[in-house]
Amino acid sequence: MAGGAASGGDATSDAYAPARGWLLLPAWLVLGLVVLVPVFLMLVYSFLTKEFRGGVIWEFSLAAYDQFFIDRGLFGDDPPRIEWAYIQIFWRSIWQAGVATLLCLIIGFPTAYFIATRPAQQRNIWVFLITIPYWVNLLIRTVSMRFILRDQGPLNDFLQWVGVIGEPLTIINTNLGVQIGLFYSYLPFMVLPLYAAIERYNFALSEAAADLYAPRHKILTRVVLPAVKPGLIAGCILVFVPSLGSFLAPDLLGGARNFMIGSLIDEQFKGSAGNWPFGAAASMILLTLVLLVLMVLARQQARAARGAG
Amino acid sequence: MRVGADRFAFPGFRTLTFLCLFILYAPLLVVTVYSFNDSRSITTWEGFSLRWYVDVFVGPDSAKFKSAAFNSFSIALIAASVATAVATSAALAMVRGGRFKLRTATFGLISLPILVPEIVTAVAILIFFNTIGFTRGYMTILIAHIAFCIPFAYLPISARMQGIEGSFEQAAMDLYATRAQAFRRILLPMMMPGIFAGFLLAFIISLDDFIITNFVKGAGVETLPTAIFGSVKQGIRPNIMAISTMLLAFSTVIVTLSWFISRIDRTK
Amino acid sequence: MSSERPAAIDVRDAVKRYGDFTALKTISLSIQDNEFFTLLGPSGCGKTTLLRMIAGFEDVTEGAIYLHGKEIAKLPPNKRPVNTVFQNYALFPHLSVLDNVGFGLEMLGRSRTQARARAGEMLELVQLSQFAHRKPAQLSGGQQQRVALARALAPQPKVLLLDEPLSALDLKLRKAMQIELKHLQRETGITFIFVTHDQEEALTMSDRIAVMSSGELQQLGNARDIYEHPRNMFVADFIGETNLLAVTVDRIEAGRAQCHLGGGQSLGCDAVEGVGAGAKVHLSIRPERLFLTDTTPEGEGLTGRVVENIYIGTDIASLVDLDVGFRVTIRTSNSERGAKRLFEPGAQVVVNMEQGAARLLVD
Repeated sequence: MAGGAASGGDATSDAYAPARGWLLLPAWLVLGLVVLVPVFLMLVYSFLTKEFRGGVIWEFSLAAYDQFFIDRGLFGDDPPRIEWAYIQIFWRSIWQAGVATLLCLIIGFPTAYFIATRPAQQRNIWVFLITIPYWVNLLIRTVSMRFILRDQGPLNDFLQWVGVIGEPLTIINTNLGVQIGLFYSYLPFMVLPLYAAIERYNFALSEAAADLYAPRHKILTRVVLPAVKPGLIAGCILVFVPSLGSFLAPDLLGGARNFMIGSLIDEQFKGSAGNWPFGAAASMILLTLVLLVLMVLARQQARAARGAG
Repeated sequence: MRVGADRFAFPGFRTLTFLCLFILYAPLLVVTVYSFNDSRSITTWEGFSLRWYVDVFVGPDSAKFKSAAFNSFSIALIAASVATAVATSAALAMVRGGRFKLRTATFGLISLPILVPEIVTAVAILIFFNTIGFTRGYMTILIAHIAFCIPFAYLPISARMQGIEGSFEQAAMDLYATRAQAFRRILLPMMMPGIFAGFLLAFIISLDDFIITNFVKGAGVETLPTAIFGSVKQGIRPNIMAISTMLLAFSTVIVTLSWFISRIDRTK
Repeated sequence: MSSERPAAIDVRDAVKRYGDFTALKTISLSIQDNEFFTLLGPSGCGKTTLLRMIAGFEDVTEGAIYLHGKEIAKLPPNKRPVNTVFQNYALFPHLSVLDNVGFGLEMLGRSRTQARARAGEMLELVQLSQFAHRKPAQLSGGQQQRVALARALAPQPKVLLLDEPLSALDLKLRKAMQIELKHLQRETGITFIFVTHDQEEALTMSDRIAVMSSGELQQLGNARDIYEHPRNMFVADFIGETNLLAVTVDRIEAGRAQCHLGGGQSLGCDAVEGVGAGAKVHLSIRPERLFLTDTTPEGEGLTGRVVENIYIGTDIASLVDLDVGFRVTIRTSNSERGAKRLFEPGAQVVVNMEQGAARLLVD
């Protein structure tokens, strides 16, 4: 996923150039109709009026964005002030996704580096071990985490048995629970792209640095890290973006008081308490945020790739 | 090639790697172990038993799980097949179609479902079906799954095709094969491992999906993840752990299979 | 080479452009039946482009290509009776060696049994019969090379194109394959067009060689022509080793040109069309056609000082700084006779030239 991922790599021949349009048509049709057009519709919906039993009334309205950003008091007649509630949810989500990314990096980089420095035969087995949780159902993994972190769960049992704590720790339904859940959910997403980058790294460069008197930690920070930057960025994207819009971890490990963007959006489309335009507006804001992050990182990655090439 | 890479290893990194694997596997192993617990309570261990596996198939919830399993597997099979065909066709144009103006835009479109947070895609697709007045149910899940499975099928397929030099098809055509024959006799067989890996990954992605399914499914239509989620909301019961363990085992088998397939025939 | 029969391949004013970049600038050449023809040049000279145009993998921007008098430039590769041995062999990894060799015949409509029978014969020809049922990856580089050759020869093409087929082999194997290829060409009677950047390879195998550079044909001729009568600086420099001396032409007399070096020493050589008195040109003199002698008391001839003697095995190369300011290389054979012509570094010597060794170059 690192390196030339931004453009999908170059074409290796033009043998099928004449049939190009026909070959791409199915993908254009399906993705255009079921992903691209819906995203535009979502933008449209965010400017419509809400229907109380879910859905929308086709009347232009700024109510959704107004509700998101502006506080007019309980009855809507106070002087407008900035509404902090939703911004706070977004801010907390960004913060928690950022912390999750950092945690994944702290555990993921040494893991990827360790695997990449194994002999070729062993490397495959290590990668395989990381790949399995990568593809295991996220719901099941989150449920497992909830099972482990419960007040009477195995983790608390173990800690009490060892004697580290006297009373069970409450982790479920706290921010800590969400944080652990995000970290656990997306850890393999960090390791695999990082590994791909480090595996491609030419260790003769480390030898050259060592030959020029660099100590091991300097080799890591001055030579290895700059060379694997595209993989680092890819890993961070793959953890940060899904964490930001995550639904399962906050829902199953955070509970009602530890809302993230995902739960906020989900709630707007569930049942009669929902507000479709508001949900669409929140989704648009999340999408804008993600695209901004992707654009900044893609630019970084292009620069890193140029520097490496 | 790789000159003494292990001499640049850091001692603490081995410990962190084991920690990483422990973190990843411990919850899964604990749930697997507890799924064999003979107790009605999930807290205390009362000996080995298969009763919860039996419960999944004949218990009070068995009808719900069976229909959910049927929906999940049939949707995954159809969605992965269609997505693989669409992705193979797209990869052919992207990798063997030379440079063209819309190439970057097309790649962006294909990767969109991976780049955009799933909940946003879910909202968008829900709004789309609502706008065109399509009743939510099995079909809406299937269509959504086909769309978001395409990038997952596309990546291994195009990666495989990138690895096959254009000279193989040129050699075939030099030896009097038509373009169609060169594709069927040379490129397609050489790409088979990539296509199969793409199919399996799409299959797993479809089988695992919760967020989008949860948005576009109609009332009464459940897949395994939505059924499990619904049950978990009322507390984790042992039969859920048995189902989870079975799904876990299934995913592991598929990943192992795809892993071995991607490793065969690595000829240049 | 009968003149009634049209040439095997006739390239007429072929041009190849990629956007603004011109890869081939108006090339014309004729390749005869049963000829071992080599396109020789450094990388990027357009030789592979020309070969791929003949194979049909590249469009011809302008001009035409005829095969036995029939225009083929617009035909797709699968409609041309021309086969290629690819640089990386491009053996189909999922097919057995036998099915690789039989592939072309099958595509031509032969039954699988027929194709396999003929493929078996071809494998016998390249002595690989015992590997028929292996996959290409299970063969060594040299064996893969021979499979590629058998595969391209199996459909009995009118012309066989070889795109640097030996470049991946080690030196010993390459030498052996050079001789094998030459034999194979004689046995089958098929026209070979061979692309290489290795001048020694070209000289060893070819009936005729086309030396190319920057998309242009520099010289066309047999090995001896090209080595001994290079037409220009590029050819003289690219083929073998040579000393290039800048001279001024004094006069032309009876097909001989009399020139002088910067110091006034005069040298004679065969005149070349288009070079008159007063022209500043270069002389090419091969190192093995120079020899050293003691200085005379009168100080006549091209005098200089030996800088270094380099042992090469078959020869010894002496570097001599001429008093007129050039450095020249002289090759002396590593033999008893040659030893008498060697001088220690530092020795003052006279550099002498064999009769007809100097070659006047245009450009």
